[in-house]
Amino acid sequence: MNLSPNKTPMPVQPPEERRKNFGEVALGYGEAQAMEEAARCLSCKGRPCVGGCPVGTDIPGFIALIKEGKFEEAYETISRTSCLPAVCGRVCPQENQCEKYCVRGKKGEPVGIGALERFVADLHAERGVPAEKPQPNGRRVAVVGSGPAGLSCAGELAKRGYEVTVFEALHVAGGVLTYGIPEFRLPKKIVAREVEALRALGVKIETNAVAGKTFGIAELKAEGFEAVFLGTGAGLPKFMGIKGENAKGVFSANEYLTRVNLMKAYEEGSETPVCRAKKAVVVGGGNVAMDAARTAVRMGAEVTVVYRRSRAELPARGEEVRHAEEEGVCFRLLANPTEILTDGEENVIGVKCAEMTLGEPDASGRRRPVEKEGGGFVLEADCVIMALGTSPNPLLKRAEEGLSTGPRGEIAADGEGRTSLDGVFAGGDAVTGSATVILAMGAGKRAARAIDEYLQNK
Amino acid sequence: MFRIVKKQKLNDTVVRMELEAPRIARKAQAGQFVILRADENGERIPLTVAGYDRERGTVEIVFQIVGGATMCLNAREEGECIPDLVGPLGNPTPLAGLKKVAVVGGGVGCAIALPVARRLQELGAEVVSIVGFRSRGLVILEEEFRACSSRFFFTTDDGSYGEKGNVCAPLGRLLQNETFDEVIAVGPLVMMKFVAAATKPYGIKTLASMNPIMIDGTGMCGCCRLTVGGEMKFACVDGPDFDAHLVDFDEAIRRSRVYAGFEARAREKHCNLLKKGEAE
Repeated sequence: MNLSPNKTPMPVQPPEERRKNFGEVALGYGEAQAMEEAARCLSCKGRPCVGGCPVGTDIPGFIALIKEGKFEEAYETISRTSCLPAVCGRVCPQENQCEKYCVRGKKGEPVGIGALERFVADLHAERGVPAEKPQPNGRRVAVVGSGPAGLSCAGELAKRGYEVTVFEALHVAGGVLTYGIPEFRLPKKIVAREVEALRALGVKIETNAVAGKTFGIAELKAEGFEAVFLGTGAGLPKFMGIKGENAKGVFSANEYLTRVNLMKAYEEGSETPVCRAKKAVVVGGGNVAMDAARTAVRMGAEVTVVYRRSRAELPARGEEVRHAEEEGVCFRLLANPTEILTDGEENVIGVKCAEMTLGEPDASGRRRPVEKEGGGFVLEADCVIMALGTSPNPLLKRAEEGLSTGPRGEIAADGEGRTSLDGVFAGGDAVTGSATVILAMGAGKRAARAIDEYLQNK
Repeated sequence: MFRIVKKQKLNDTVVRMELEAPRIARKAQAGQFVILRADENGERIPLTVAGYDRERGTVEIVFQIVGGATMCLNAREEGECIPDLVGPLGNPTPLAGLKKVAVVGGGVGCAIALPVARRLQELGAEVVSIVGFRSRGLVILEEEFRACSSRFFFTTDDGSYGEKGNVCAPLGRLLQNETFDEVIAVGPLVMMKFVAAATKPYGIKTLASMNPIMIDGTGMCGCCRLTVGGEMKFACVDGPDFDAHLVDFDEAIRRSRVYAGFEARAREKHCNLLKKGEAE
């Protein structure tokens, strides 16, 4: 038993170094550190951590196996519920999920569950244990979108013997894991590894294929796909509707991150056009805002994050906020842009902000930010990055009559992913709006089970 | 991989390519676009579909060599393949029910106006085409345009061929004497802006085919946003055609130059590389 109130520290690249490179920030546990951290787990009867995991991973079970040095068995335990442990170990908001409920967290820090998950997954990959290719059952399923929802759905179906083809709109698979989450937080080789693992299971991946444009659902069915899963992702970036938002130097976080990640603008000699800002303002407080802010730091900018609520309400993972601050990102909390200031040629020169205060809780349960009277301030900037979430993509809805959507335009699906169309399932951000990788993964996995059930009864 | 079935130089800087892409060819309609990459590290280049052959399974693109990415594309020869081609994206130009239409094309935009004119002719509409170029050396697709137009007007800025001036002169004369169900403008932003100004007093519905900077082409990046009638629109999912009387062209012109400095540097670099290649 390790009685330390603190987590075994994760080796990280020092802030001064990492703010100049795109290498991974957190370097991961070695075997000794993992076993030391695993020894902090009390293996308590109540198992509250499991209740905090959106996919119900047997956390005490896999940690107990780490304690015994049975790392491969620990991996098998996790992979019963999670398709992408190397990804989730890195990007899950553990402090709001499993680790939030850890008994050790009552007096000191919780067990580093995410770090342990990551350790087990990385070790498994290093060992290169070959996947067993399941016996094919001769039935075909189409998965639309290769983000976390699509990949997990495809993996689960492939394990059950289905012949799965994943269709991806971009030229590389991975969805938000590829275009959105930066290299320093989730190295692309890890995403590529997960995609390769699916290929080893027999999953086909077809890039440059847009559902609703290149093909419709009816065509997929005519091609012999008996069921379709739609994991098309969150959709269109939101903007604020303030003056100056279309000026030169204002970008959505999606655009900025896509140019840097997917289009590799961070690589030396890259020809991808990208804004090389001196002073960037990032608007928003979620993980995407932190990703954009930390990316801008690495691209050479002085960065300020403007968020309309207070620190306690920041939706980003605690670790991302901490890392951002260590890397020199400034936070202007309780502030909201009211206008983007421009020069005579519509280049951004600053952001006018109002100071905010917190009022009564709103529908989301968070206290509603209210503009303070008078005052306000101006931040000098030559670049503004909007990280305000997304609104549903209308593309599929317009193409597919009969596909019901919810009040905001998101695809309507029940808890198992069933949509209004027979044999068509959906999950992930396309259904919930912007959420987390783990929720999308869970939805993909549940839909896979529902698809299996549907096809067995068909 | 997508094979270049045919490559043809239309003038010194404009190239036509026919690409093997059966799935896109099956679906493509006038007004839609594709996005392609010329090599594994290339940029994503959005190009409006200039034609398609459903039976042969090919789509046609026409591009102007303007920057690093289009230089790379032009380095690809007939028989070679490009790694990525996706589409058809955007909405087709709505043409059903139109009886008499003026199709206005400018410069390389004529390549995109052509499939619209052809489709209108197929639908039985009377097509009056007005096409303009800077000078004689830049003229493309003249015969093709003549073939699908009931009347044809031709301008060059310097008067080296056809009427001297820009497309607005013949358009203005036409508008004084007759009316159209619709005017469809495809070309440089400035040209479309002036076409919109010319038709507005007559209250003739006018469409502009917008071609802003974009990355994914499916609504994800928000790079292609425009102001249309005071509202934010995404060219990739809401367009690329918009009511020209409502488009904020001045903003679109500014936004088209967001990465101008970058493009100039890339062009210079590529030119130097090409020169170096020639010297060797």
